[in-house]
Amino acid sequence: MGVDRREFLKVVGLSAFIGLGGKTAFELLAPGDVEAQLEAVPIMKGNRWAMVIDMLAMDEEVMDKCIEACHREHNVPDFGETKEAIFWIWKEEYEHAFPGQQHEYIAEEVKHNKFLLLCNHCTNPPCVRVCPTKATFKREDGVVMMDQHRCIGCRFCMAGCPFGVRNFNWGDPRKAPKELNPDFPTNPQYPTRSKGVVEKCTFCAERLAKGLLPVCVEAANAMKEDVMFFGDLADPDSNVRRVLRKHYTIRRKPELGSEPNLFFIV
Amino acid sequence: MLDRALSGSQRYWMWIVFLLALMGIGFGCYLYQFKVGLKITGMGRDVSWGFYIAQFTYLVGVAASGVMVVLPYYLHDYKAFGRVTILGEFLAVAAVTMCGLFIFVDLGYPLRILNLFLYPTPNSILFWDAIVLNVYLLLNIFIGWNVLAAERKGVPYGKVIKTLIYISIPWAFSIHTVTAFLYAGLPGRHYWLTAIMAARFLASAFCSGPALLILVCLIVKRVTSFDPGREQIRTLGSIVAYAMILNVFFFLLELFTAFYSQIPGHMHTFQFLFFGLEGHGRLVPWMWTATVFTVISLVLLIVPSTRRSENTLAVACASVFIATWIDKGLGLVIGGFTPNPFERVTDYWPTTPEVLITIGVWATGFFVLTILYKIATSVKEEVAA
Repeated sequence: MGVDRREFLKVVGLSAFIGLGGKTAFELLAPGDVEAQLEAVPIMKGNRWAMVIDMLAMDEEVMDKCIEACHREHNVPDFGETKEAIFWIWKEEYEHAFPGQQHEYIAEEVKHNKFLLLCNHCTNPPCVRVCPTKATFKREDGVVMMDQHRCIGCRFCMAGCPFGVRNFNWGDPRKAPKELNPDFPTNPQYPTRSKGVVEKCTFCAERLAKGLLPVCVEAANAMKEDVMFFGDLADPDSNVRRVLRKHYTIRRKPELGSEPNLFFIV
Repeated sequence: MLDRALSGSQRYWMWIVFLLALMGIGFGCYLYQFKVGLKITGMGRDVSWGFYIAQFTYLVGVAASGVMVVLPYYLHDYKAFGRVTILGEFLAVAAVTMCGLFIFVDLGYPLRILNLFLYPTPNSILFWDAIVLNVYLLLNIFIGWNVLAAERKGVPYGKVIKTLIYISIPWAFSIHTVTAFLYAGLPGRHYWLTAIMAARFLASAFCSGPALLILVCLIVKRVTSFDPGREQIRTLGSIVAYAMILNVFFFLLELFTAFYSQIPGHMHTFQFLFFGLEGHGRLVPWMWTATVFTVISLVLLIVPSTRRSENTLAVACASVFIATWIDKGLGLVIGGFTPNPFERVTDYWPTTPEVLITIGVWATGFFVLTILYKIATSVKEEVAA
């Protein structure tokens, strides 16, 4: 759409005059264009993002790929198995991911079966309830988001989260051990964090904004089709609703009422 | 009146210098923490609050307990406490000062502390805790200072002060209730998720605070010519006795619910604290030490003759202080995080710099307490003379 300076100013001025902005300005310039773009990426229109992981199809190789993709995408430093460790997505044995579910006669391989865990992006998130500065908040599309520029590092959210998904930067992540992080930061497009703030999975909010799937889902499905699903729970025809209708799924600690939006087909 | 703090015996100055040295060491360690981050502490992703928050919680109790001398005097017209209300109020000032410092040193990004007020968030209990504690601090400074100034001039204090005193009484209960709510509303932390938490906090506050006050009064009596009074200490002793009995009773209620229901999540932390869990038993000797001191204190407080003798009462008060400090200053916070949400046990123990920072904050509190008590006792000596 060719718009010269004069025409542009005219439209902007007119929009400002009648108190419109953003999309409406585009509407005057190129009617229908924005709509069409939004339609082309239906993924941007979620009301309650959710993830379903098919544990019957999932294997450790795929999980490792997901973890690597996420941690490289978001510059998550590797501190090894220390108390400082930070992870946005990780593997956890069944008996620890779902404590209280196991019994003593359960098959060893089931007990030690690895699950892929990440933030549940709860519908009723306790971490958001306790944050004293709104540094962690619930977006309208369901993502439980972090503002690392507002976080004071009180770690109330870590006490509040019953799932252990929150990470604190005990030291400067840019000074993570070099031998474990030879090429840190791995993604110059994504910010690194400072010491003293909390961080966690954001359902790849930065990718959702571009109409892309979370990077873990993309990585997993590139290796094995339909092993992870991501979509809108509010839409009855969405992919996630379809798989949830079809399969038996479990969530972590549903009895706590936080309404996790991460489901596992088992 | 501040000038009273500037003249004192050699012993007074030695004590001040000693405290300043501890504060200096603590401050140095804090600068190190500020530079490197909280990784210099023993905390980690599983036990994400430690010694600092535990001290904070304990000291909120000490601060709240100032009301135990204020309430009988103003609401029950118990005249004898008129002599010591100022000591209760100034103890509260010192304790709340430490509370604020402990929160501050625990923050990962302390320069942003004002975000608490720039982005007020009423659904967060921490926001309310910051408000009630700060108001309580201001109330006690204002009331204490004005009451003392009036006493020095030999005039009654004004109506505004009297109103503020009445406000400060329920306010004292609120600070420890809100602090209990920090813990008691978190899903998935079984040890904290108990409706009796606020009641337990108040009970342990009302025994540990007055116990500390008795000890401080006995010291004041020895090092100054101001005598807080025999009857006053005796009544405080009764308050400590009742509150300690309640404190132990509430704890036993927790034990009953956990072990009669046999729900694993409710029993785990108690097992961890008293017997160790999955081979981790760092707190076991501490908790049994607390138990022994609890028994000693109960015996000394319940038997009338030992409660009334100042020497045995001092032992009882020290026992109460140690027992409640271990219970709240170690067991409560570390226990609450153990086992973690994955039912794994991670050991936590404070590091040397963490302990030195903690001692530095306590020294700051005692510094404030010393200055304020020096002023108060000097004025009282003056008025008596």
